Amino acid sequence: MTRIFMKGCEAIAEAAVRAGCRFFAGYPITPQNEIPEYFARRMPEVGGVFIQGESEIASVNMVYGAASSGTRAMTSSSSCGISLKSEGISYAASARIPMVYCNVQRGGPGVGAIQPAQQDYFQATKAGGNGGFRMMVFAPSTVQEAIDLTYGAFDYADRDRNPVLILADGVIGTMMEPVSLPEMKPESEIEAIKQSKLKWACVGHELDYPNRSWIEPGHWNTADMQKANEEALKVYEAWEVNDVKVEEYMIDDAEVVLSAYGISGRIAAAAVDKLRAAGIKAGLIRPITVSPFPYSSYDKIDYKKCKGILSIEMSIPAQFAEDVKSAVKERCLVSTCLCSGGNIMSEQAVIDGVKKIMEGRV
Amino acid sequence: METNLCVAGFGGQGIMTLGKFLADTVCHRTEKNVTFFPSYGAEQRGGTANCYVVISDGKIGAPLGEVMDELIIMNEPSLKKFLKTLKSGGTLFLNNSLINCEVEREDITLIEIPATQMALEIGNIKVLNIVMLGVYIGYTGILSEEAVWKTIEENLSRKASLLPLNKKAYEAGLAYGRERRGK
Repeated sequence: MTRIFMKGCEAIAEAAVRAGCRFFAGYPITPQNEIPEYFARRMPEVGGVFIQGESEIASVNMVYGAASSGTRAMTSSSSCGISLKSEGISYAASARIPMVYCNVQRGGPGVGAIQPAQQDYFQATKAGGNGGFRMMVFAPSTVQEAIDLTYGAFDYADRDRNPVLILADGVIGTMMEPVSLPEMKPESEIEAIKQSKLKWACVGHELDYPNRSWIEPGHWNTADMQKANEEALKVYEAWEVNDVKVEEYMIDDAEVVLSAYGISGRIAAAAVDKLRAAGIKAGLIRPITVSPFPYSSYDKIDYKKCKGILSIEMSIPAQFAEDVKSAVKERCLVSTCLCSGGNIMSEQAVIDGVKKIMEGRV
Repeated sequence: METNLCVAGFGGQGIMTLGKFLADTVCHRTEKNVTFFPSYGAEQRGGTANCYVVISDGKIGAPLGEVMDELIIMNEPSLKKFLKTLKSGGTLFLNNSLINCEVEREDITLIEIPATQMALEIGNIKVLNIVMLGVYIGYTGILSEEAVWKTIEENLSRKASLLPLNKKAYEAGLAYGRERRGK
């Protein structure tokens, strides 16, 4: 495969184009500006549409509209911008509109810091908007993974008629790495995908297609609303069985297991190699889907041998660690290694955290 | 084998371009892994601009480590900010045309380059980063001299008239770097 050198944000945008995304609307915010910038240049080349909306709320609702017509559509933002978009995301989840969006996370609540962080874990995995809907959330740890997950995200969105979130961070978004790109879906395939959505898509007012001019982000009738929520639940439950993605690295004989996602996941992987070289039997569980969470991976740990789990994330307070604790079910100690505010996780801090567990100093 | 490099200076000195040319060469002309990570933030205007390049035979963890094997420093604020990150035994490439203060470390190798001066003598201050890139390659030999030149050539292909000037700058840098390595 030919290697090309690409920035994370641009790679995400190119992967979306290759997956058949033909509509993007967004609004500028650091550190994800290269996503809309790239789409602005690229969409005209493939007959797609790029719009810089007047706000985050306007742009997510433009995507809602485009996706309602069956077009593969995407938006992106960062942390506080994602909060603004959450209204449109929730509407899409309620109306069962497939869309893909990307959060290139920055640090802290409010405007936060513009530097990389992983402060939006709960928002991403538990409550991407009001109303208790769930989404598949993919957390890439390399630029290549960001490409592969974005490319696949549109298929999941269409299959489930639900929003899908790519949960990146400022490092993944702005770093450059060698990557290889997936094939460009031919126009015939993109058209076929669009045609396959005609049974629900909103494409006009033809009276012989009763559903085709009507998209509902809610129900006035209590029975209908409950039924819609129950149907959505069936979709969410199927993910746990079919769609969990996780990297399990050297956990069979592990005396200590590290767990982290996204950028922290790759730093933890490097720490595992250094710890193994130093004679400490470390392993790693790196969720690639943080929703659905890979709970069963934690059942593979030999708790007779394992002295503890180190949950690593660029968030204070810890958020991801709550899911790790749910998965471990008090079978051994779970301690945390945290940083925040735009500081990048330190490999040495991870190694020190592991040593504390090994020496019983936690 | 893994090399962690930080390149730092003023915005406008071609810091990002220097880092990208290095990383781009690794991507296209070697089998190694590489990451390029630009640092941006509130300091962007008038302050320091810096980027990190990690070159490795294996998988790369953090694209910016806490400890650097090598530093390329183009101005004084960057020296103050990054000198402490250089490992003991590491190498500091310093543009001493713009930096007059003492380097208060004796456990490192210091390569001083009058890079701004050299760029001006070559004919354009804008080739400062190419002079520094040349010195770095000439001294470390981390990548083939020809491979890096091919990257520069390709990236400047739309401004071919600038190639002779850049060639001159690159070669002056290489010669300086090779000579310092010989010592």
